[in-house]
Amino acid sequence: MVQSLKTDEILVNMGPQHPSTHGVLRCLLKTDGEWVREVWPYIGYLHRCKEKIAEKVSYIQFMPYTDRLDYLASANNNLGWAMAVERLAAIEVPERAVWLRVLAAELNRIASHLLSYGTFGMEAGAFTPFFYGFRERETIVSIFDQLCGARLTYHYARIGGVMRDLSPETAKAIRRFLDEMDRRWVEYNTLLSDNEIFVRRTANVGIIPADLAIAYGLTGPVLRGSGVAHDIRKAVPYACYPKLDFQVCIGQGLKGTVGDSWDRYWVRMLEIRESVKICRQVLDGLPEGPYQTKVPRILKVPANEAYVRTEAPRGELGFYVISDGTDKPWRCRIRAPSFCNLSILNRIARNCLVADVIMILGSIDVVMGEVDR
Amino acid sequence: MPGTLTDIINFVIQTALALVGLDYARVPEMLRIGAAMLIACAAMLGYVAVVALFFGWAERRVAGRMQARQGPNIVGPFGLLQLIADAVKILVKEDIIPQTAHRFLFRLAPILVFMGAFAPFVVLPFSETLVVSNLSLGVYYALSFAALEVVGVIMAGWASNNKWSLYGGMRLAAQMMSYEIPMGLAVLTVAVLSGHLNLRTIVLDQQGHWIFSWNIFRGFPWAFLGMFAFYLAGLAGSKRTPFDLPEAESEIVAGYHTEYSGMRFVIFYLSEYATMYVVSALTAVLFLGGWHAPIPRVLAWGGEVHWEAGPVLSALIGMANMIGKSFFLMFVMLWFRWTYPRVRVDQIVYLCMKVLVPLGIICLIGASVWALVL
Repeated sequence: MVQSLKTDEILVNMGPQHPSTHGVLRCLLKTDGEWVREVWPYIGYLHRCKEKIAEKVSYIQFMPYTDRLDYLASANNNLGWAMAVERLAAIEVPERAVWLRVLAAELNRIASHLLSYGTFGMEAGAFTPFFYGFRERETIVSIFDQLCGARLTYHYARIGGVMRDLSPETAKAIRRFLDEMDRRWVEYNTLLSDNEIFVRRTANVGIIPADLAIAYGLTGPVLRGSGVAHDIRKAVPYACYPKLDFQVCIGQGLKGTVGDSWDRYWVRMLEIRESVKICRQVLDGLPEGPYQTKVPRILKVPANEAYVRTEAPRGELGFYVISDGTDKPWRCRIRAPSFCNLSILNRIARNCLVADVIMILGSIDVVMGEVDR
Repeated sequence: MPGTLTDIINFVIQTALALVGLDYARVPEMLRIGAAMLIACAAMLGYVAVVALFFGWAERRVAGRMQARQGPNIVGPFGLLQLIADAVKILVKEDIIPQTAHRFLFRLAPILVFMGAFAPFVVLPFSETLVVSNLSLGVYYALSFAALEVVGVIMAGWASNNKWSLYGGMRLAAQMMSYEIPMGLAVLTVAVLSGHLNLRTIVLDQQGHWIFSWNIFRGFPWAFLGMFAFYLAGLAGSKRTPFDLPEAESEIVAGYHTEYSGMRFVIFYLSEYATMYVVSALTAVLFLGGWHAPIPRVLAWGGEVHWEAGPVLSALIGMANMIGKSFFLMFVMLWFRWTYPRVRVDQIVYLCMKVLVPLGIICLIGASVWALVL
């Protein structure tokens, strides 16, 4: 009788239409009841041939396309592309523009981490963090609206400078926001970070040891959550970061083991604070001068190749560009942090519960626009 | 006893009959009972609908408050008519049954769920006189019908023929196995303390002075702890955050009601609020003195001031107290929902089996000793 009762592992498609797969990720789960034995992420639902498009449009025209890679951090993507092209074409960028780019990038990092805070809370089942995160993100988005006229796809950094100078009113609005952010940050932790249920849901879930994280090529908060103090802004300093004072935040296993979901979440929270610090310093030390150099309308780049790495909110964003002397790249390869970070999912989301898979996925914090490109 | 619900119903029937020119005494007994049952049922159904609609609105307003946003505020004063507008919208929606679903069970499930949520209302006392059915096993009746809801949910999960729905159903099955036991133990604590299972008698027993004659303080600390066990278990029973695993939208899409839409979905939705009310009202009845006011009727300065309200007024005061307490407990549920994340499926089983069950047993033993000694 007992033998005739057959239990079976079933395959469940989580996504591409699922509330918490961050867009259009499809995860195939092999489940035994609530237990998930294995997860296979399937990607490609948001593939838009970005790298091929790069070969067909000019260097200047490709800038708006980078906005849509990691659409939650367009200012950071712009920065990476601008730096890559400027290195190839040997364009000197005015100092003020460099600082403004960093300001935009760090503001965008705060916005991106706030969204991650909100969605991570939502995935844990708490709705309110989502609204709290969005409330502050809305302020940033309005600041960007003042700064460059766009709310999501900024197209702020341009080849050879930035699109528009920072007006005193916007600077004041940013300062007001930074002060508010200091207060809100404490509120976020009271609501979610220290919540007992939340800690029990995330601590010791999806542990990534440091060596595994390095072996899988993880970067950004996911790597730092495992206790590896690697940040491109410090390791390979670029823009005006060497002149700024900030710390690399790493996971310390405060609530569980080093490298668990809570640590990755906490690294993002700490980075919000660091970015606030950076923004203040940028506003204080902003040099005077032009914000754009003259760049020919048809930018012919000498044959060469360049790989430029920047620290986007989700990790190392690399642009590998090969030029052939025309005004279009011969080949452009984008090293997207989310893509590499996602690769660890199959390794760590094993023999855990369905709810844990969601938390692990949320703590890796992928953006499908960047994974599929 | 004048002013009982039966009297009110009989009065309504008599008036109605007099209007059409019939003599009440000449109507057969069976018809009279049938009519009384129908009227009571309609009254309770109306009440359930009002409570569910009101809390459907309150939930959004409270959520809006807590999340630094507005909530519904356009339709009617304070957006009060929003739910009516939603109901109209949903009524005209297409009724979809998935092709691969088990059609009969798919249709039956919401009915069972609503029945489970609605039936306990019959024994809830609103005041000393206002109770539809004064069952001597009222608590058992309420709890057993509340368990019927689980059957409906599992049925919905299975009949939908959707893997996420099945997960939802199975999760509730696991959850039910866990929370029913501590819930029963907490109820037993009260039963031992007062020696009754009749809800009306349990409340009558808590009459006295101030709030100290309520069960939570009378049986201190056993019933006090028991109340938390009961309330938490009830929270799990009504599938509310932090125990909303069967419908955890971030994990299993919408759980057991993934495939439901239109009117059938609303039945699940309303049943949830009805269950919340039942749990809150039962907590109020069992532990918080039911219809007794938190301020004593006999004020004890300058000698005893005797003031007896008339039957109608005292029924109204009792009702206000009872509804006030229930609504407060429901508000706490909303508060939880918009504050806490969700627990995991193993954690709820852990909480119920390893924390609440021992707690319930300790409360039961303690209360038994209390009952013997005092």
